[in-house]
Amino acid sequence: MTDLYDTQRAMRNMRKAALQRGVIAILDIGTSKIACLVLRFDGPESYRETDGVGSLAGQASFRVIGAATTRSRGVRLGEIDAMNETERAIRTAVQAAQKMANVRVDHVIACFSGAKPRSYGLDGTIELHDATVTEQDVARVLAACDVPEFGEGREVLHAQPVNFALDHRSGLNDPRGQIGNQLACDMHLLTIDRDVVQNLLYAVKRCDMELAGIASSAYVSGISSLVEDEQELGAACIDMGGGATGISIFIKKHMIYADSVRLGGDHVTQDISKGLQVPLATAERIKTFYGGVVATGMDDREMIEIGGDTGDWEHDRRTVSRAELIGIMRPRVEEILEEVRERLDGAGFEHLPSQQIVLTGGASQIPGLDGLAPKILGNQVRLGRPLRVQGLPQAATGAAFASCVGLSLFAAHPQDEWWDFEMPIERYPARSLRRAIKWFKDNW
Amino acid sequence: MQPVETANPRRDPAPSRWAYRMHRLWLTPLFRGLMRVGLPVFALVFGLGWVFSAPQNRALVTEQIAELRRSIAERPEFMVKLMAIDGASTKLAAEVRQLLPIDFPLSSFDLDLEAMQGAVEELDAVAAADLRIRPGGILQVEVSERIPAVVWRIEGHLELLDAEGRRVAPLMRRGDRTDLPLIAGAGGDGAVPEALALIAAAGPLNDRLRGLVRMGERRWDVVLDRDQRILLPEDESVAALERVIALDQARDLLARDLSVVDLRNPRRPTLRMAPRAVEELRRIKALERGDDVR
Repeated sequence: MTDLYDTQRAMRNMRKAALQRGVIAILDIGTSKIACLVLRFDGPESYRETDGVGSLAGQASFRVIGAATTRSRGVRLGEIDAMNETERAIRTAVQAAQKMANVRVDHVIACFSGAKPRSYGLDGTIELHDATVTEQDVARVLAACDVPEFGEGREVLHAQPVNFALDHRSGLNDPRGQIGNQLACDMHLLTIDRDVVQNLLYAVKRCDMELAGIASSAYVSGISSLVEDEQELGAACIDMGGGATGISIFIKKHMIYADSVRLGGDHVTQDISKGLQVPLATAERIKTFYGGVVATGMDDREMIEIGGDTGDWEHDRRTVSRAELIGIMRPRVEEILEEVRERLDGAGFEHLPSQQIVLTGGASQIPGLDGLAPKILGNQVRLGRPLRVQGLPQAATGAAFASCVGLSLFAAHPQDEWWDFEMPIERYPARSLRRAIKWFKDNW
Repeated sequence: MQPVETANPRRDPAPSRWAYRMHRLWLTPLFRGLMRVGLPVFALVFGLGWVFSAPQNRALVTEQIAELRRSIAERPEFMVKLMAIDGASTKLAAEVRQLLPIDFPLSSFDLDLEAMQGAVEELDAVAAADLRIRPGGILQVEVSERIPAVVWRIEGHLELLDAEGRRVAPLMRRGDRTDLPLIAGAGGDGAVPEALALIAAAGPLNDRLRGLVRMGERRWDVVLDRDQRILLPEDESVAALERVIALDQARDLLARDLSVVDLRNPRRPTLRMAPRAVEELRRIKALERGDDVR
């Protein structure tokens, strides 16, 4: 646990250094595309100090000065599958973004959707030494949370305190400076497969950059796609990506649950490819241009040429009606949504005061999804687009860039995590102190 | 797994590792500045240094520069053809011509007017010189001469001095310049203004005045004919001389048989009589006492 604490702290320091330098890169490693944004931080706004909220809800402290997207290679189910291929794709995206920004970027914050995220709710309680809660007490109560056995080969990605309780008052945002006897906290812990993180670290390192932070893409999509009251009252963000569909549940502006379904838009493309006997690239193109999930009578008459280059005239002149295409796509989309429903039910989403569900990500752009999703997920479903941030090109404002934008916001205003607090004194290794005493005894 | 080496790889849109690194390096501000400013400057300096390290190249360049300068300097507009000297006597003009041995025509670029002016002003007879090049290629030398005011006898030869005591020219014979008063003695040239004031004050004695002698480089003696001398003090010598002249006009002092009027201490003027006058005085005194007269 200490090891992880140190690496995360090191990443935090790196992030601080990057912010001081003013330039940081955002890397979204997805299954279907790799996107890179270059952000420039101008420091806090100097004007309108008294207004409380700056322009663009305080998001104006950074602007996007470079953006590039490239087709992803070597990534499967949101995890790095072929290191060299992924590295090349990252290089392509980073170089193009650097070229647009005309600055060199050394620090990168990355997010990815795979790696089997698993959520844990932790709680811990301590008695306060003196009546006032200090930062040290917060660190102690965070350290007092009993960590479950999450198994070998797992790593903690996020460990965010979501709630503090002082004696019988719960729902505190920041207990520091308050008076009480007993401090309790709830922490949300998100673990992922260690190998995936290590692969990512290695790939970024091979691109001569340093990782200044990692985040789950489900989490950052939620940050960018859920509006403020949804985050406050409770909502789920479904990030329908290419290889995996991320689920994150927010309440009181904290993520309390995250999960990932290893199904996504690429599976739809595969179904089309198999069903129509066309190559994957053609299937992707047909899906993008003609895809849908709700068939109408007119779709029977709309014929799509699916082509081919075998030289066989009959084979190359095949057509398929749009209704048939929808017939292929719909079951898979339904399967994804049903899987999501299952995960939400497992997480106890129905107990939340608000049942808002926001669909975002590239696969959420399938026409008719807003008709299909309420049938499976419930009535309060909307399609979400990410927040507008300054300088973002028009091409990168779609739902597919929700995690990019969210990661930018995450870079600018990171949530306090466990490792942002000082390590409690009693957790320092006692052995070194003992050795020091022994040294004194031996030498004096 | 993908094949490690494909026989005929398709062109990869991704930049190669080295292209990527070079691109990043190029975006580094320091490197960029070095490449865009440092490298050209270095190349220029190095190239020039390399070219000039060969002596024949240096010689070639200096020769070409000299050639260019010469071609401009020798244009007829810049040529000086003759020298005109104004304000100097013929003798001084000849002296100036001898001092500035210029073989005309010459380019005005090659004339160092300041040095020439200095050289001309070095001459004793020249008070100030003004050199310029007049349109038409004439070197105009305007000279203002020193005007001799006194003749100074020193160590057996004669010099002409101007009113400030500056040497003007040597003099062969006193008879050549009888219009100028004579002064003598070492250090006489340092007190010419005082001497001139004394001579002006001695106007009534003009016909008897032989000259002034500087004594001990500190005070003046007025020498009259009949070997009479007026010894003047260091300070306020003119006033002392005026006192003597007033005495002379009132009592005919200097017409008497005196050899020296000593006013070195103005409070105690002293007279020295000539030897014969002393004898005469003694004889008269003896007669008055009734002594025998030899």
